[in-house]
Amino acid sequence: MVSPADYVALSVILFVIGGVGVLVRRNAIVVFMCIELMLNAVNLAFVAFARMHGNLDGQVIAFFVMVVAAAEVVVGLAILTSIFRSRRSASVDDENLLKY
Amino acid sequence: MTGRSLLLASGSGNIASTTEVVFFWLLAVLSVGAGLGMVLARKAVYCAVLLAVVMLSLAALYAMQGAPFLAFVQVIVYTGAVLMLFLFVLMIIGLSSADSLVETIRGQRLAAGLAGIGLLVLLSLVVGHAAIGPAPAGGAGPQNSNVLGIATLIFTRYVFPFEITSALLITAGLGAMVLAHRERTTRKPTQRELAARRVASGHPTPLPGPGTYARHNAVDMPALLPDGSPSELSVSPVIAARTSAAPVRAARQATALPPGGQAPNGSEPPQSAEPGGARPARSVPSAGGPSEPAERED
Repeated sequence: MVSPADYVALSVILFVIGGVGVLVRRNAIVVFMCIELMLNAVNLAFVAFARMHGNLDGQVIAFFVMVVAAAEVVVGLAILTSIFRSRRSASVDDENLLKY
Repeated sequence: MTGRSLLLASGSGNIASTTEVVFFWLLAVLSVGAGLGMVLARKAVYCAVLLAVVMLSLAALYAMQGAPFLAFVQVIVYTGAVLMLFLFVLMIIGLSSADSLVETIRGQRLAAGLAGIGLLVLLSLVVGHAAIGPAPAGGAGPQNSNVLGIATLIFTRYVFPFEITSALLITAGLGAMVLAHRERTTRKPTQRELAARRVASGHPTPLPGPGTYARHNAVDMPALLPDGSPSELSVSPVIAARTSAAPVRAARQATALPPGGQAPNGSEPPQSAEPGGARPARSVPSAGGPSEPAERED
């Protein structure tokens, strides 16, 4: 039987991959995808802990995380679309209007 | 579920745990590899597809851990809805925006890699120090099934967060509509104005379709004119920009070759410009010269 620690270790690895992707990538949509990867990694840890404790609270929390992530993606992609309309670019380097 | 797990635990628990171990390592390697590929792939569409791989393998991991409801929600909501939304927006926005390899901040990649390694070490230490016990043999949840248990929790203990979630979803949908809405700054042209504009543009007929009389009929293959030259009108400007007009050049070279194996569908090669050719006469517009694009006949 795979122990929950293994699942949590996998979740840690996926979370770190997502975090590095957020730091490295410059296409805003890909940055969003990496954030989704981080959220999914945390969900995996929630499910593993729920199994470890033998109750379902962790699964309910993971479900709420999914709902909030879906709402976040909808609003975030709408923001990206409107930014692309005005700046003709999806790169995070080009959104520097507040810098000056 | 409990009956089956009891049966497995009593009779063939060894086989079940071996299957779980095998599948866990398979899915772990698959998801980590796809995640790395997502960070490293330069094209955003590849990133989306690799993210779909990660999410599907995570759904399988949920199912293995006694969370079938979450597994289905993962497939339906994440892979079905969220990733399709990503792909739609990619088709609108990011197709031409492959990441540039130029570092705008010097040493950013190195710093990000170091930060990632640091985070990995930190989290590994935390997880290593935490007392993560083994899973109980009966699987997650009380005696009821998984869906029933989750429904009981959501509608009793977590009913208030659940209601707030509905408000959040409505707000998000409204916000997306407001943000993605574009106010029309000019009057909408009427059908008469559109028709007049089309006649005045000098090309009132439909544009020629791609691939007509060409070697194959892919969308990026320009149609060949009666004199054998490729028609740039027949390829969508988006595709022409993405493929940097390589098929147009290829078609030019192909027409420079002798017409040996061309026209596999039996039609006459287009550079036979002599009037006795087997080309149907209706493909040349009567009012136009030979440089007029050929009418679509398929």
